[in-house]
Amino acid sequence: MATASSAAVPLFARASRSEAAPARVQPKSPRDPSVITLEVNGRDQRLTIDVRTTLLDALREHLGLTGTKKGCDHGQCGACTVLLDGRRVLSCLTLAVAAQGHRTTTIEGLSNGDGTLHPMQQAFVDHDAFQCGYCTPGQIMSAVACVNEGHAVSDEDIREYMSGNLCRCGAYPNIVAAVNQAKTLMKRQ
Amino acid sequence: MRPFVYERVNTPQAAVEAMAGVGAGSALQGPVQYLAGGTTLLDLMKLDVMRPEKVVDINALDATIFGRLEASRGGLRLGALARMADAAEHPAIRRDYPMIAQSLQLAASQQIRNMASLGGNVLQRTRCIYFRDVSYAPCNKRNPGSGCAALGGSIERTRCLA
Repeated sequence: MATASSAAVPLFARASRSEAAPARVQPKSPRDPSVITLEVNGRDQRLTIDVRTTLLDALREHLGLTGTKKGCDHGQCGACTVLLDGRRVLSCLTLAVAAQGHRTTTIEGLSNGDGTLHPMQQAFVDHDAFQCGYCTPGQIMSAVACVNEGHAVSDEDIREYMSGNLCRCGAYPNIVAAVNQAKTLMKRQ
Repeated sequence: MRPFVYERVNTPQAAVEAMAGVGAGSALQGPVQYLAGGTTLLDLMKLDVMRPEKVVDINALDATIFGRLEASRGGLRLGALARMADAAEHPAIRRDYPMIAQSLQLAASQQIRNMASLGGNVLQRTRCIYFRDVSYAPCNKRNPGSGCAALGGSIERTRCLA
């Protein structure tokens, strides 16, 4: 039943063909690497990864996009929030192989091509909406989507719909202020 | 997380065939698991509570009737692959079935609601801390007959019924 990966076959030995070829196509071995193409921030990236790799780990470890943070790795803190086809999702609970065929946007993809900041990023700076900064990329991605969803109409709305993003430093009041500033500018875009 | 084979299916037929030969029994321990939103499955796979050998991604089926929300005079039809967020925001559901919309809206976070399917919402597992921690061997839900680590402890009131 064991399917040895090709890496386990010594180079100098002839590959044994004594096992009968399977009558039907076998699924590939769980330990085979997956070769995938991810569209991230508008660019196609080809990766060879372990099938267990989350989108979060693919972004951070394989693509060097360390803006997205790993806070809890279990979908409870929101630090890993990215946009998938424009919708905010948790990259720690998304398999990289499952993200194929979708457009991924990370914090690195938010600023304008000329280096100027997205209104939400600028608002976070203007309103001191972060201290240690660890939750901040997730907060900003989540806030952009929150505004686009129409869920930033009132302060109460903002608090409720941003509740999936935890901030241990307690920058919440300033985050609400930042979202209020950015939402008016985003409408004009 | 243990290694697994990942497959995508594009038709309901293929999704059903992916389970061919898998015996009836505890769905939790089944060697083949469906992947929709992944908010429960991946969480439990990271904890080594669920250990599928094959993961079948059925998300492409949300383009079929299984992903649709249909409200008519005859009633309300919720596709199992419709996402919690879409059901919570559906105008007819909010107007005519406010309890459904509101209970969805109060659950989890918007990020999770964007990912999570209604079918998966119903299939969520218990939140018991002993179920989620495989270093506790006694768990009648993970290993039927092994006992219950929650008995006699401070969370006994909230243990599951296994």
